[in-house]
Amino acid sequence: MELKNFRFDIDSDGIATISWDMPGKSMNVIDLSVMDELEKIVEAISSDQTITSAIVTSGKQAFSGGADLKMLESLNSSFQTELKEKGQQAAIEKLFADASRLGDIYRRLETCGKPIVAAINGTAVGGAFELVLACHHRIVVDDENIKLGLPEVRVGLMPGAGGTQRVARMANPQDALQMLLKGQQLSPSRAKAMKLVDEIVPLDGLLASAKKWLADSPRSVQPWDEDGFRLPGGKVYSAQGANVFPAANAIYRRETYDNYPGARSIMSAVFEGLQLPFDTALRVEARYFTHVLQTKEAAAMIRSLFISMQELNKLARRPSDVPADPIRKIAIIGAGFMGAGIAGVSARAGIEVVLLDRDRESADKGKASVEAGYAHQVSRKRMSEAEKDAALLKIATGADYAALAGVDLVIEAVFEDRGVKEQIIERAETVLEPGTIFGSNTSTLPITSLASTSKRPKDFIGIHFFSPVDRMMLVEIIKGKKTGERALARALDFVRAIRKTPIVVNDSRGFYTSRVVETYISEGHRMLGEGIPAAMIENVGRMAGMPVGPLALNDEVAIDLSLKIMRATRADLGADSVPDDQFRLIEQMVEKHGRLGRKNGKGFYDYPDRAGAKKTLWPGLAQLVQLVSDADAIDVETLKQRFLVIQALETARCFQESVLTDVREADVGSILGFGFAPFTGGTLSFIDFMGADKFVALARRLAKAHGARFKPNRLLTQMAKNNESFYGRFSPPEAEKTA
Amino acid sequence: MPEAFIYDHVRSPRGRGKKDGALHEVSTVKLAAHVLEAVRDRNDLDTALVDDVVLGCVDPVGEAGGDIARSAVFTAGYPNSVPGIHVNRYCASGLDAVNLAHAAVASGQHDLMIAGGVESMSRVGIGSAGNAWAMDPVVALPGYFMPQGVSADLIATKYGFSRSDVDAYAVESQTRAAHAWSEGYFANSVVPVRDINGITILDHDEHMRPDTNMQKLGALNASFTLYGEMGGFDAVAIQAHPEIEAVDHIHHAGNSSGIVDGAAAVLIGSKKAGKKAGLKPRAKIKAFSNIGSEPALHLTGPVDVTEKLFKRTGMSFADIDLVEINEAFASVVLRYIQAFDLDPAIVNVNGGAIAMGHPLGATGAMILGTVIDELERRDLNRALVTLCIGAGMGTATIVERV
Repeated sequence: MELKNFRFDIDSDGIATISWDMPGKSMNVIDLSVMDELEKIVEAISSDQTITSAIVTSGKQAFSGGADLKMLESLNSSFQTELKEKGQQAAIEKLFADASRLGDIYRRLETCGKPIVAAINGTAVGGAFELVLACHHRIVVDDENIKLGLPEVRVGLMPGAGGTQRVARMANPQDALQMLLKGQQLSPSRAKAMKLVDEIVPLDGLLASAKKWLADSPRSVQPWDEDGFRLPGGKVYSAQGANVFPAANAIYRRETYDNYPGARSIMSAVFEGLQLPFDTALRVEARYFTHVLQTKEAAAMIRSLFISMQELNKLARRPSDVPADPIRKIAIIGAGFMGAGIAGVSARAGIEVVLLDRDRESADKGKASVEAGYAHQVSRKRMSEAEKDAALLKIATGADYAALAGVDLVIEAVFEDRGVKEQIIERAETVLEPGTIFGSNTSTLPITSLASTSKRPKDFIGIHFFSPVDRMMLVEIIKGKKTGERALARALDFVRAIRKTPIVVNDSRGFYTSRVVETYISEGHRMLGEGIPAAMIENVGRMAGMPVGPLALNDEVAIDLSLKIMRATRADLGADSVPDDQFRLIEQMVEKHGRLGRKNGKGFYDYPDRAGAKKTLWPGLAQLVQLVSDADAIDVETLKQRFLVIQALETARCFQESVLTDVREADVGSILGFGFAPFTGGTLSFIDFMGADKFVALARRLAKAHGARFKPNRLLTQMAKNNESFYGRFSPPEAEKTA
Repeated sequence: MPEAFIYDHVRSPRGRGKKDGALHEVSTVKLAAHVLEAVRDRNDLDTALVDDVVLGCVDPVGEAGGDIARSAVFTAGYPNSVPGIHVNRYCASGLDAVNLAHAAVASGQHDLMIAGGVESMSRVGIGSAGNAWAMDPVVALPGYFMPQGVSADLIATKYGFSRSDVDAYAVESQTRAAHAWSEGYFANSVVPVRDINGITILDHDEHMRPDTNMQKLGALNASFTLYGEMGGFDAVAIQAHPEIEAVDHIHHAGNSSGIVDGAAAVLIGSKKAGKKAGLKPRAKIKAFSNIGSEPALHLTGPVDVTEKLFKRTGMSFADIDLVEINEAFASVVLRYIQAFDLDPAIVNVNGGAIAMGHPLGATGAMILGTVIDELERRDLNRALVTLCIGAGMGTATIVERV
């Protein structure tokens, strides 16, 4: 048998060992050639009389990362072609056949009549985890870093090769649904507790354990193919089932706001599948999978959250002519919350860190908070004690700027105040060696003007981290007017080293992310001024897909800061730029009622002192505005549109002004930076998937009803006229795509 | 078009819907047969004249399964020529059975019918029949499924009723029911259930707690907090009604309808059929309506259906003397009173399901009978009867004396 992606050996006992090992790749993935070969292998196992049983394993460090999402994306695009050429019926039937294929192969393996054992030597996720679920016995290596699971839902998809059906027949239904809906990736011990794997053994005993199982207690029929099989959670329509599914549907809605067709289809596939014989259940799963593949949510999420994100992580935007040179040592000035956060992620990535503050005591306090953060990670089993100790050893503390000599990169993370920052820049530059890059962590101060303090503006760059640093995956790199290519390349190298996702933007007030998110907060203020109940503003913000309501978000960034920004905006752009009712509302909040936000426990919400108590909306809000008398008369859909459209419009403006230059960065940055409705694929995909013409028409409607801020800009009206999309007009260069 | 008249109505007493309830030993079919027998015996009715028996039943499984109306016909000893049909519109089934029978007679298809309902909640538990609305994502998600209690709490939150409002209403229901019983207002329609030897099994509504007060109710914990918070249903409520920050859980066993066993039957026929059977008409159905309403609120259908009914008939509450709205939960009644700015003194004048219980399939026919009795007692003319219904529906009927 001619195989490229697998080694296939039969030993003297007739045990076939299938070792998945794709040439020229560090990770096994499922593509068309893998499916072709798997089909041949399954055929051989079932028909070759000399084969008694089989072991499925991998020749790589990981078992496999599952389906190549580009292949799934191509399924959708070939569906679109087919649709045009052969019509809807033929196209959908072809897609259904394609989408069913992997599951069919696994089912043939599962029912070939010979015992198959999976020897899982490393991480197995997605379609690869579905392969091992189709084996009759699963043995996994004892290594808690191994991940097992079905993360498809995170890119808008669902498991499509039997995953929903097998997991829900092995684990209890609550655990199964939670795992599938969240796309959880399990450690071996958790997977075993859920009964998704059978044995955990040391790496060197893996194949021996597989052979031992084949010798001692082989089984060639899955439990669900045996007579008298009972579901772990009992029948669906039963008292037991009634304890599961009604709440599961409610919790699904609570967690997703019903915005994700992939998740919704998982719910239905499990619910319907559990009432059916296994082969029929697989067919039902495939029907839903076929449906999900056609949704714009899946297309948008695969593109932004997988393909674009991967490209940005591989530094698609790095100037290629700057030679690679790893970041070995950095210095951080300012050991406060942000500085300590940056120190923590850097040291964990193996980078030497010098953490400076005005005195050693302050710097040590910063390091102590890093240690506390690590300890929390250890307690959650996301870090080992040894890793923690090693990372802490990488962090030196002090107050002496002499320590800046010999570092590759300096990041200042001091108080957001121009004067303070300018002093630091001046002091640091007396010590910096040539070639050291100076990065300023700021979310509001324009980089070009900060750089004007610097004697070396070519080496000066903005590096905007998000809070909390260890959890937020985005870093916004801001180029000042004079920032050099080398500074950009080094800053990107640093972001890659700490395993975060960079976007590169040009200087502007608020750059990209802060500028756009400000429009979301401001829209919340306006709704409040219109008399929309605060709870509705907040709930609808989340229903639109945002992670928090605009008022809660404002409490986080501080309301007095918003007032400051409004005053500055009015000073710069005239009194009309902020409507009176909105301005007065915020002014009263801050100056009359002392409501500054989270920081003083009094914002749009009251923050109880009691630990664990939930924040509640400040009842006084109702006295500041004339509430709309009938809440049922408010059109919730329009509120949702306002929240998303205003952010998409601001992004389009950023694009027209060249603050943003890459559509992928706009989308990925919006999701990772401020949680813009992930199911849309990001701010620009939101426009593209709606269609520029429809978007422009909607924006004009909103402008008419709610004000000029909704007027589409020139770029958008042009695109609408020419029937263009952002990804069409500003298609990311292919060369960069594969970088 | 022939007119349809109500000639008589009877109901069983309501037994506590638990294993220790008096009617627990009485099967669903015997309970249904009991009211069929009572209608026959007290009217000396030639049952061969009955064209059909329509019975509401919400959990028609097991002993209540198949066609409970046809089963009851055999047990009651009606002739084989009398067919039966079971209908289900959740809590309004008993009233819808009456409406459908009325329609069959008024359209001239049938001459004489018995309509009513039965539910033995102690024997066939609530929800036993299963329900895709609660379970299946393709129904539960577009249908915003919520347990009724959480919806009742949502109604209270949305329309501003506090714990003391709903508790006070519950106390009033108990007081009015106790008064009605002690004055004998129900004596003519409640037919005691007896065993095979004629020994009385139950002759009164067993669920009532006439000695309850605000203090006693105040000591009860809200019943639906866990469903709301852990079960995710508060989130469903809020996504359907996003102006609400948090659902205030205030309903409990004391201000919700009681789970009970019971049956009711109403004798309906044309003028000619009544004459032929030697019956005197007591009332007639003026009009009825059905509607679907917002499903997360679940229980506000009575408001919507009343508006629809008035719009169609050109009537208003100025034309209505008494109102019976099923006391599924206190907030349902309070919202109804609030929506139409009604005088509480004309609403549920003899108490309701909070005091006496709500045998799901039978209640609609029971409260229709209750209000006919009360119209006669007070010598008033017209009443409106309505019930909130699972999955967001409402049924309303206007009945008037003849």
